[in-house]
Order: sequence, then structure tokens, then C-alpha cells
Amino acid sequence: MDARELRFAVEELQYAYVHCIDADRLEQWPDFFTDPCRYEVTTRENLDQGLSVGIIYCDSKDMLRDRVVALREANIYGPHRYRHMISAVRVTGTEGNVVQAETNYAVYRTMLDPINYGSSELYSVGSYQDTLIIEQGVARFREKKVLVDTARVLSLLVTPL
Amino acid sequence: MSAANELQSPWLTWEKDPTASVPYQVFLDSVVYEREQERLFRGPIWNYVGLEAEVPNAQDFKATFLGDTPIVINRDKDGALHAFVNRCAHRGALVCRELRGNRPRHTCVYHQWTYDLKGNLVGVPFKSGLGNATGLPSDFEPAHNSLHKLRVASYRGMIFVSYARDVEPLSDYLGTAMRAHIDRVFNRPIRVLGHTRQFVNANWKLYAENVRDPYHASLLHLFHMTFGMYRSSQGGGVTFDNKARHTLLQSYRRSEAEEVAAYKGTGIRSYQAKYTLSDPSLLKGRPEFPGLSIQTIFPSLVVQQIQNTLAVRHIIPRGPDRFELIFTYFGYADDDAEMQAIRHKQANLVGPAGLVSMEDGHAAEIVQQAIVRDKDAASVVLMGGREVADEESLVTETGIRGFWRYYRELMGFSVPASVTKESESWTHASSVSQ
Repeated sequence: MDARELRFAVEELQYAYVHCIDADRLEQWPDFFTDPCRYEVTTRENLDQGLSVGIIYCDSKDMLRDRVVALREANIYGPHRYRHMISAVRVTGTEGNVVQAETNYAVYRTMLDPINYGSSELYSVGSYQDTLIIEQGVARFREKKVLVDTARVLSLLVTPL
Repeated sequence: MSAANELQSPWLTWEKDPTASVPYQVFLDSVVYEREQERLFRGPIWNYVGLEAEVPNAQDFKATFLGDTPIVINRDKDGALHAFVNRCAHRGALVCRELRGNRPRHTCVYHQWTYDLKGNLVGVPFKSGLGNATGLPSDFEPAHNSLHKLRVASYRGMIFVSYARDVEPLSDYLGTAMRAHIDRVFNRPIRVLGHTRQFVNANWKLYAENVRDPYHASLLHLFHMTFGMYRSSQGGGVTFDNKARHTLLQSYRRSEAEEVAAYKGTGIRSYQAKYTLSDPSLLKGRPEFPGLSIQTIFPSLVVQQIQNTLAVRHIIPRGPDRFELIFTYFGYADDDAEMQAIRHKQANLVGPAGLVSMEDGHAAEIVQQAIVRDKDAASVVLMGGREVADEESLVTETGIRGFWRYYRELMGFSVPASVTKESESWTHASSVSQ
């Protein structure tokens, strides 16, 4: 795979990933990850201090599935949808079929509850610090670290970033 | 007189059951909010502001809040803790402009007035003038121009400050029952594991009620039931300090058979055994504490222990209809690698994305949204009766009643002499007659 194909594969994954979340097809969200995998949402505040605990930490695909079941069946929150805007992908390292990439994101959240219906606000900005594996032309996340600049979470975080 | 009058009329219209209802006005009024800043956050009580483990070394500082007032806590070269309002004595600028750090002194960037770690003014540029400039008048006294110092005390590594000159000792403020629980949680040196922040569009007292309310736990937070962690049929209850201003909620599992029996026939949605975790490692922990505990220290601290997750939550009011919640997660300094991994994973249960507790901020918000126009209407806080007393039940709102009783006392509203069914109005005790 040359550099251009590699970048294409990474970009395709990022686009498909954010589109899946924005389209509320969350049951498919875990399939963007390998198993085992790591999905972490943490803040620069914690990272800079070397602190391990952040907002979300999952180390298996099943933990991601459990998050989705909890979101659908257990958790209570204001109904909303996301729109992810993502920057160009910067490939920061490759080793065989393992790729490191950084992508900035911004998520706008639109509320669908009767009080705030149709209001959109900038909900979170940050950077995806990803490790991907490309197998047979298909890229998956082995590790996705969502490094959140917006440490001050508005209300709550239930839909994945 | 004017402040009293502003408060007087709306409060006097309130005549509903004072021990077991809360007029929505207290969640809406900026006048009430201002008075809280004066009488609670700057009042004759202690407010939690941080952990000693956040400022472990000499010269470490942390910028934080007392109510909505920005303050700094720092550790002097001799290890002593000091706290002061984060506002330059000169022209009022924010002196400490970073969240955390380590400095031998604090210098305001505006005109470089400099303060030592006790908050004393130790440097003023051009104080004695320069060339034709005369500098400060000779009667300028640096000692009268220090940062506004706060009383500081810590208990088991939790730092509290008081704005008031006369305040009972911190250990008395906490009381025997609350100290006993703090002693259990902070039984050895801790290590901070991380911080998260949540910004909620609701009055801070809606959250203060929430964390004193075990009744909602099994009904709002469905993760517990969905994955089999908690039911109202569990054992547990509410313990107060002797003024019922602080609360300790505890719950523990009874036998499966007892719990199922207690739910049978109630038709409550909360008992559902339909889901299991695909990855049960989330809930795998070590026996450490019996059950779950949520301790509230009036007005702005929560100490939580949910399985192996330990955290303090600092409630920061940001106006009548907004507050911020800062979680600081911790473990113990002697945790082995496995225990660190357990705490890391179980942190998923709490915080802004907490599988178990993310709903609390949302619950506060949907109240704030709905009460918007009806200041005269009131909530019903009758579960378990009208009493404010320790209770061996989780289906009770006694903790909320205790909070309001002490709140009214500090705010200067009369506290009903008895807790029976009199429909005494919430009259203004101290300033109504002025």
C-alpha cells in the first residue's frame, strides 16, 4: 500500500466512523474496532498531569457493545443527534499494516427534546489519536483515544465521540 | 432593608407545608442566589475546595472556587496550607491565572504586585517612586493590602475553607458520624487518578437534593437494575450529622431471594434481569467497602464510593440556573497494579459519561426547565414522612428535608418548631420585621 492508498484507507474509516455515529447507527459503532481494542475519552487536563482516569475507558469490543445497550435501554438523557466535523487526517507513523493518525474533530449537538428542540451548539472539540490496523484494504481502530479539549462536558456524555 | 424587602414578598406568599416541600422560587431567583453566596458560601460554615493530594508539595497551588468566588489554595514552604481570594488588592485583577502549578510567590500580571504564599503583599513596583514620580503615599501599609485570606482546615486530606472569622472547628462542623465515614474512606494516603467536569443548566441545589435522595437511585438510574447491581429492595439507609446538614446514604446487597421477593408484584419497571454485560470485567472488583456510599457535606461536597470507584465531587454554583460539577477520582497510594486497573475501568460507572450516574445532571435540568414560570408552586418531599431523622430505608426523602432545614436556618428563614403537619409559612426570620 503506498502512502496515498494508506491515507485513503484511514480517511475512509474516519468518514464512515463519524457518519455511523451521526446517523445514530450506534449498534454498528463497535464494528469499527478490532477485538481487543481500546476506546478512551480523556482530557488534556488529565493527560498533561499523567492521570489515567478520564471520561470513558473501554478495552474490549464487548465493553463498547455494553455502552450501546446502556444508552438504548438504561441511561436517561435528553434526546439529541451529533454532527461531527473532522479535519484532514495526519498520518503520524506506519509500521507494517499498523498506522498512527491524528484527526481533529468538532461535534455539534442538536437537541430534540421539547424545550430545546432544534437548538444546536458546539458540544465538543478535540483530537482523535488513533492506532489503526489495515487488513485486506479495510482499516479498523485498534486504539482510539479521543483527546478532548472541551473538558467541561455539557450536561453529560452518552453518545460516543 | 432593601435586600430584606426584595426577599420578603415572594417568600411570604409561600405557605405550603414547610418541612416537606420546596418552593421553586429558590431555584430561580437571583436574589436568593446572591444571599446564598453571602450566607452559605461566605457564611459561618466550611466549604470543600480541594484535596491535599492536589497540592502535595511546597509551593503547589490550585485555583478553585468558594461558591462562585475564585480562590487559590496553596502549600507554603513549611507545608502549611493557605487560601485566599484570587483577586489582587490593587485593582482587582485575577492574580493566579493558571489552574494548577508550583510557584514561590504569586505576581499579578497587571502591575506586578507580588504576594507570598500566605497572601501577604511583598512587592509593589515603583513603591518608592522613580525620578519625579513619588510612588505610593507614605501611609500605604502593605499589611493592609494583602490578598483576602480565608480560614483553611483540612480533615483526612480534604481541604475546606471558610470566609467567616467565627466558625466552629472543622471537625465539629463535620460531626462524629460524618467523620467516622470519612475516616473509613480516607483511611490511608490517596492518589489522585483524574478529573472530569460537568456543566449543568440547573440550580446547584437541585443537585444537592439529588445526592441526598436515595429514593431516585433505583428509579432514575436504570443501569443498576439493567445489569443487576442495585434495587430499592437492597438494604441501606440515611445517616445524618447532629444538625442534619450532612448526609450519608449507604446501600448494601441483601440475598437475591429477599430482593426479588421485595419487588414481586410491585410492577416497577426497575426490576428487569433481561440484560447482562457482554464484558462483565467492568463490574469485577475487589471487596473493599460494604456496598455503596454517597456522603454529602453541606453545601458543596460529595464523597462517593461506588464499588471500587472513589471520588469527591465539588459543586460550584455558576448563577441561579447553572452549576459545574468537578469529579476528582482517587485510589490509594499503595494500590497494586491490579487495583489500579480495577479503579481505572470502574471509573466508567461515574462522572459525565458514568453508566450509573450520568442522569443526575439531566434530572436537575429537566426540573429547571419545567419550573420556569411557577415560582409559587412547590415540590413534594414527603417520601418517608415529614421527619428529619436517620432512617433505615432507601425509599425516603429525609435527606432532602434535612438539607432544606439547615439551608433555611442559614438563609434566615424560620425553621418550624415542630416537624408535624402545621402549615406554617416559610416566613423570614431575621429581617422581615425591619
